[in-house]
Amino acid sequence: MWGYIGKRLLATIPILIGLSIIVFSMMALIPGDPATAILGAYATPENVARLNQQLGLDRSLPEQYLTWAGNLLQGDMGRSYALNRPVSDEVSERFGATLILAGAALVLCSVFGLLAGVVAAVRQFGWTDRIVTFVVLIGISMPSFWLGLLMIVLFAVQLRWLPASGMYAVYGGGGLADLLRHLAMPAVTLAVVATGVIARLTRTAMLEILRQDYIRTARAKGLPERRVIYRHAFKAALVTVIPVIGIQAGFVLGGAVYIETVFQWPGIGRMLVNAISTRDLLLVQGGVLVVAASYVFFNLLADVAQTLLDPRLRT
Amino acid sequence: MLTPLHRILAPAAIALAALAGAPDEARAQTPPGVLIVAQIAEPKSLDPHAVTAVNDFRILMNLYDGLVRYRSGTLEVEPALAESWEIGADGTVYTFTLREGVTFHDGSAFDAEAVVFNFQRMLDEEHPFHDTGPFPLSFFFSAVDAVEALDPRTVRFTLSEPYAPFLSNLAYPTGLIVSPAAVAEHGADFGRNPSGTGAFRFAEWRANERVVVERNPDYWGGAPSLEAVVFRPITDGNTRVAEMLSGGVDLMVEVPPDAVAQFEDGASFTMHEQVGPHLWFLILNVKEGPTADQRVRQAINYAIDKRALVENVLQGTAEVAAGPIAPAFAWAYNDDLEPYPHDPERARALIEEAGFAGADLTFYVTEGGSGMLDPIAMGTAIQADLQGVGLNVEIETYEWNTFLGRVNPGLEGKAHMAEMAWMTNDPDTLPFLALRTDAFPDKGGFNSGYYSNPEVDALLEAARRSTDRDERARLYRQMQEIVVEDAPWAFIANWKQNAVTSARVEGFRLEPSFFLLLDGVTKN
Repeated sequence: MWGYIGKRLLATIPILIGLSIIVFSMMALIPGDPATAILGAYATPENVARLNQQLGLDRSLPEQYLTWAGNLLQGDMGRSYALNRPVSDEVSERFGATLILAGAALVLCSVFGLLAGVVAAVRQFGWTDRIVTFVVLIGISMPSFWLGLLMIVLFAVQLRWLPASGMYAVYGGGGLADLLRHLAMPAVTLAVVATGVIARLTRTAMLEILRQDYIRTARAKGLPERRVIYRHAFKAALVTVIPVIGIQAGFVLGGAVYIETVFQWPGIGRMLVNAISTRDLLLVQGGVLVVAASYVFFNLLADVAQTLLDPRLRT
Repeated sequence: MLTPLHRILAPAAIALAALAGAPDEARAQTPPGVLIVAQIAEPKSLDPHAVTAVNDFRILMNLYDGLVRYRSGTLEVEPALAESWEIGADGTVYTFTLREGVTFHDGSAFDAEAVVFNFQRMLDEEHPFHDTGPFPLSFFFSAVDAVEALDPRTVRFTLSEPYAPFLSNLAYPTGLIVSPAAVAEHGADFGRNPSGTGAFRFAEWRANERVVVERNPDYWGGAPSLEAVVFRPITDGNTRVAEMLSGGVDLMVEVPPDAVAQFEDGASFTMHEQVGPHLWFLILNVKEGPTADQRVRQAINYAIDKRALVENVLQGTAEVAAGPIAPAFAWAYNDDLEPYPHDPERARALIEEAGFAGADLTFYVTEGGSGMLDPIAMGTAIQADLQGVGLNVEIETYEWNTFLGRVNPGLEGKAHMAEMAWMTNDPDTLPFLALRTDAFPDKGGFNSGYYSNPEVDALLEAARRSTDRDERARLYRQMQEIVVEDAPWAFIANWKQNAVTSARVEGFRLEPSFFLLLDGVTKN
């Protein structure tokens, strides 16, 4: 097991190196440069050249990349041109905020997705099943930023139960309760699509398993229905569903970009969008690296969980 | 980032909120005496010499003072940290007498040495703190040859040549005075630990959440009534509107055109509008193609229905422009100018007379960008207007930075027209940088359409060298008449800055400079 995890972790290193080279080249290929972005209308060739020199961007691309990579090995991700602060400070603050949001959404979508899927499967073609399937369909089809705005209109503007945006109250806030109040709407919005996907998949997996011989045997043995469903069927269904949750974790991280914009959540998705438009190369590099690493990590986690759950994969 | 679906659905959601009518009882969410301002983005830095964005200026103008400032409601210069000044006869020597007894927020004294430090840090590459930059707009002061402290209260600037916009550049945020002691203490991190002499002093910056400034009880101009101001970055326009409606913020800037109507009626909000020193125009390629013919360029000006653009596309958030200088520069603006009327018949006749009926034109359009308003919708409407008078316009759309990379080096061989917008602080800036022969792209200027008229060149050079404002005004008025007739650009719109305040906010007004000045504001 540990050997397997070690090997998988080692395999991520070339992935991350390759990715950093691709991102670096792409940022160099797209037209425009940080100096033009900073100077805007004042970007004369002369001003751009002067600023590029001050920013160290007048050197060759491989030279810039190697400097960046060398510094990274010493734990230095460089300094953001646009924000004028260390990339590591910005990325760690932003990523922390995204993890809180994505983590909450992931917990919500796992719990409700699994629950809805199991209930729907057990009551197949019943009213519960129909309602769950219908709600899930709406959840999957609705653009999440639209849902987010509707929730703001209802819960913040009309009812005034929850704050419209931000992570903490802007004046005199702070603390867990304040965080949870701000987290509620964005986390739910972000979780909706993933909940639908997980619910559908759980339902299908459960239906298939409930038709298997060993379930019939378990029932024939006279086991209580609850036990048949949760101990026998659900555990087997998890083997199919867990890798999907791992993939959903990636989607939730990606989907956070929109949700972070709608709810002004100070996360890494919004940071990356800004960094790309200001051509803030080092910030993009740092952000992408962290997001990619976490994506790989979540997939690894899902694989490990699957191995632990499925005896056939344990060798 | 906005998908077409987003563009349709998002305003719809906000409109729903308006239809339902926001209840009033929960308006007291934010504490009295503390003003919560919704900004459009996170500031880059609070070092006034290191930033270029209006969004950042809105905070900076409350933290710092310059030697001079714009008199409220105008773009005319009045004393601030300098009590008075004298300009030498040839217009190259400016001697300022400084206000006495002013201290920076960190307790250090404001004096002539501090002024010298500020400008040398920006301009002198050998200065020990030049590496705390870069200072992208330091070229505002590139005419400064020397800055010397004659005594603690007197500072003298020597310019390499007469440069009339010097005073208004000093009133710009790039001319704000920072505390040398704080720069020495924090180095490159000064931008996150700012210290100035302004009405408010810096309290806290929580990245991506808020910047807090608090009342400076020792302010030389009298302590402000507000206890504190909190600046919140809310990048999404619809979310800004929702926060305003839900009472989470007291003041928001840059209200999306779609949302203006819902703040206009009702006692809960006050809508503020102010036309600024902004011009939205089309650069026409004077060098080649149909646009090389003056008649075609005039026809383009006649053909575009500017009234429809500002009223329908921009929903009243701009006014029709008449010429190359924005009316906000009241002293230099030529009131006799009339915008080209919308006259498709005349346009068609001019095009036919020039022999270009049915000609093909390439039109560069951007997706967004500073001051560009709603460039795609505007570009499409302009295309339709020109189609109507017999010009086949093909649009090429580029993302803002890519767009600048194509337009700034000149349109030759690429396009006949390009969208552009400028926001400036002096009537000199835009024409000087974008209409002179010496401002062709290969000479480092922004004259991307290659307009060249020796008379205009001479007028602009003379206006820059003169230190007599009335004389400058006369020259600018003459220049405007010639340029409007030559039509090297199509003059479209002057943007109105807007803002909304809640009913609890009093004493707020927008400035033509687009700065946000909060020292006279109260909140109950």
